[in-house]
Amino acid sequence: MQLPILSILVFFPMLGAVLLAFLDRKNHKLLKQVTLGLSLAEFVFSLPLWFRFNSETAAMQFVERYNWLPQYGISYYVGIDGFSLLLIMLSTFLTPICVLATWTDIQHRVKEFMICLLTLMAGMLGVFVSLDLFLFYVFWEVMLIPMYLLIGIWGNPARRVYAAIKFFLFTMFGSLLMLVAILVLYFYAGKTTGVYTFDLLKLYGQNIPFHLQFWMFLAFGLAFAIKVPMFPFHTWLPDAHTEAPTVGSVILAAVLLKMGTYGFLRFNMPLFPQAALYFVPLFSVLAVIGIVYGALVSMVQKDLKRLVAFSSVSHLGFVMLGLFTFNMPGVQGGIIQMINHGLSTGALFLIVGMVYERRHTRLIADFGGLSTPMPIYATIFMIVTLSSIGLPGLNGFVGEFLILLGAFKANMLYAIIAATGVIFAACYMLWMFQRVMFGEVTNEKNKDLKDLSCREIAIFLPLLLFIVWIGVYPNTFLNKTKASTQNFVTMMEKAKATQVSLSHEDKGEAR
Amino acid sequence: MTLTIPSFSLVSIGPWITLSVTAILILLADALSPKGNRTAAPVLALLGLAVAGFQTYCLWGKGGLDFARMVYVDNFSCFFYLIFILGTALTVLISLQYLKDYDKNLAEYYALLLFATVGMMIMAASAHLIMIFLGLEIMSIAVYVLAGLFREDARSNEAALKYLILGAFASTFLLYGMAMLYGSSGGTLFLSDLAKHLAGENLLKPLTLLAIALLLVGFGFKVASVPFHMWTPDVYEGAPTSITAFMAVGVKAAAFAAFARVFFLAFPGFKPDWQIVLWVLAVATMTLGNVVAIAQTNIKRMLAYSSIAHAGYLLVAIIAANQLGAVSLMYYLVAYTLMNLGAFGVVILVGRKKDSYLSIYDYAGLGAQHPGLAAAMALFMFALAGIPPTAGFVGKFYIFSAAVQAGYIWLAIIGVMNSLVSVYYYLRITVLMYMKPAEADLGPITFAPAVTATLLLTAAGVLLIGVFPGFLYNLAMNSVKIFPGL
Repeated sequence: MQLPILSILVFFPMLGAVLLAFLDRKNHKLLKQVTLGLSLAEFVFSLPLWFRFNSETAAMQFVERYNWLPQYGISYYVGIDGFSLLLIMLSTFLTPICVLATWTDIQHRVKEFMICLLTLMAGMLGVFVSLDLFLFYVFWEVMLIPMYLLIGIWGNPARRVYAAIKFFLFTMFGSLLMLVAILVLYFYAGKTTGVYTFDLLKLYGQNIPFHLQFWMFLAFGLAFAIKVPMFPFHTWLPDAHTEAPTVGSVILAAVLLKMGTYGFLRFNMPLFPQAALYFVPLFSVLAVIGIVYGALVSMVQKDLKRLVAFSSVSHLGFVMLGLFTFNMPGVQGGIIQMINHGLSTGALFLIVGMVYERRHTRLIADFGGLSTPMPIYATIFMIVTLSSIGLPGLNGFVGEFLILLGAFKANMLYAIIAATGVIFAACYMLWMFQRVMFGEVTNEKNKDLKDLSCREIAIFLPLLLFIVWIGVYPNTFLNKTKASTQNFVTMMEKAKATQVSLSHEDKGEAR
Repeated sequence: MTLTIPSFSLVSIGPWITLSVTAILILLADALSPKGNRTAAPVLALLGLAVAGFQTYCLWGKGGLDFARMVYVDNFSCFFYLIFILGTALTVLISLQYLKDYDKNLAEYYALLLFATVGMMIMAASAHLIMIFLGLEIMSIAVYVLAGLFREDARSNEAALKYLILGAFASTFLLYGMAMLYGSSGGTLFLSDLAKHLAGENLLKPLTLLAIALLLVGFGFKVASVPFHMWTPDVYEGAPTSITAFMAVGVKAAAFAAFARVFFLAFPGFKPDWQIVLWVLAVATMTLGNVVAIAQTNIKRMLAYSSIAHAGYLLVAIIAANQLGAVSLMYYLVAYTLMNLGAFGVVILVGRKKDSYLSIYDYAGLGAQHPGLAAAMALFMFALAGIPPTAGFVGKFYIFSAAVQAGYIWLAIIGVMNSLVSVYYYLRITVLMYMKPAEADLGPITFAPAVTATLLLTAAGVLLIGVFPGFLYNLAMNSVKIFPGL
């Protein structure tokens, strides 16, 4: 019998959280060490996924299925394909790094923090492995609570509550409408096929009339667009990022935002392909606006963390643009860009967090000339900055290049405007770097800042490894997603050819 | 002329008899035992409830009518018996210490609780409108007295008086409705006959509609639906906290049991008529409850408005008028009983000596001082807000799926948007508990063992039936087969 790796991955952190509940709350060191051990173990557990994954097929792998509420067609059904594989690896890879990053950062209520972190981890993995809509929805919402607590309890005292509630309500708003859409889909499919099920793969390829697709696409799309976040639903993001503790920002940026883009790829587009095609102009335009707007707003930020937050809006705009090209390079670029953003932006938040820990300010104006007292820090910061800009040889380039390639094939105009985003990115990132790092040390307090400790360097080394690896030899990662992407693109092409009924006759059902 | 007494079996009303006898025993024991010794009453009450629970278990699976077709013996009533027994037992548990603090640990309190429970059971099992009225009054009179238990407290008096006067009005409406129905149906008040008599060419349709409307007023009052909700906040705030919990859970469940039975059995032919009225009521109830709850700073008032909002969700289940709707109604009432009694348990613990800490700001800093208690409260709040993996989520999921199945997509959308609004005020409690420093030292909280046990039980229950909803779903599905029209 095969080991149920996916279930282990989802439930191991939950068990860990329960274990932590029994530890002494005063012994911070032990709590952190145990969490680190647990998260490393989790990473080790996820390695077989990577090595035993069959890249030749687009079918779901490592599938597990148990009845949960069979009367309702709900089952515990998990499995992964190329899309989810990369995101799962990213999540398990980043968690130990995050735990390490809390070592000195989090000093009060350590126990609750670690419990939240592990629960969050379980929720994230659950979202990525679920192949049952009900199961997916449960994980999608469960994950909100620990994130809300992370922002609200350990965030910046001034505005953390505001940011936490805003985050919660925004996300909840979208997901509740999605819940209604899930139900509509469930009953529609049940009525037409006679099988009532929440099984995602069975719901694929239903010949849903266009007007229903239209509304359901919008309801699902709203939930995911808020999470991504796409312009104009991005307003919760800068607040949440700025107020969250460093680790919270890292996870939020690296994994939580990916749930939105992943949601489009896994749910929205395959479930409602005709509507997806119909909405290409709208979503591409929003993506392009996000790219340019995010970049421009980043340029004028005074706060380092806010700058990084807005740069996320821009980067995620690229991802969305890539996904909505529906061709090989675009979609593959979009996926690889999700990973890139996780690595680079995660690293940037860590970088900002470390300097914040030392100086308790994040205002760009308070810094200047940091490279003199902190040379190692400056080097790492430089590499990450360049990766975020998309310098060839580092990961960002691969993603953006592929996305733009795909976009040029699909629609030249979007590609041209989006390409300016790359230039703006260079502007705001390099300008920020210059102001923070170069020149004379203007502020007395910055003169004898300590450079990175061994622990902090250890945090960055694995990140840098992958930043370079993806940049130099992206095929390691592209190969894993190739079959799934191919399958996805073919499906969308088929959908383009199929006509769906445009009649509005059965619209009267809704009261 | 011969008078025939129809045969009947006392077993079919076993739980009623047990509880009534227990209540009388409690009163007798109190009268005969030496003064000041009042430990017997709650123990007896719990024992009686346990026996009634066992009897209900034995009744499960039987179908049919008894007592000259006046009483249903079916799974639907058994399911509700269990809800009432659960609610009452938990109420007894959270009352002990609370009443001692007030020096009101009276035996008649427990006796009245049991009498009220019997009333609820009669409502859930009645096959005749007069039985419903009988049950309603038995329940209500006991609860009127319980609401005014703190005689020296002006607000408790206000609560009792308000509830009595308005409740009497509501009962009158119900009676008028029944009277009209008697006329329009040609002289029957049996639920199963009504549907037949009212069907077909009916010249008296306006009269029937009037009757339905009047019944709606009566039930609407008991479930606290807008616009018959005015009494709720004042009564909930003024009544003893344990009784508030009892009203929010038991009275509401009983009213919904009768509501569902009457409307599903007797008026399937008038579905479109009452559905549209209830649609408006449900939307108004959810929206008003949730929006006004935001402005509350007294935790009992907040929970009062939240209970109005929950009545709105439950109305959605009735509007759907399909099997899933009935199932969701029953599931949700179980979930609501657990999470609401849990929340009131926390309110009692935090409120302490004579309810000195009822402001929501008294919860500030609770997370740091009493992590366990705060975690329990957070769980109940998330459950009430309908966030997985709690029972509250599954309940809402069922209700809104029933609405979507019946084609009420807009109602489902309004419903979910309402739960978004509710998230705001439930979250505020967690914000206060975890994210704000204590305004003053909270001081020690005595964890009365019975209340602590209640919290553990309800918290475990909320999670358990949230993660494994299948068992209850099957039970409820078994129970709603009796409604042929669904």
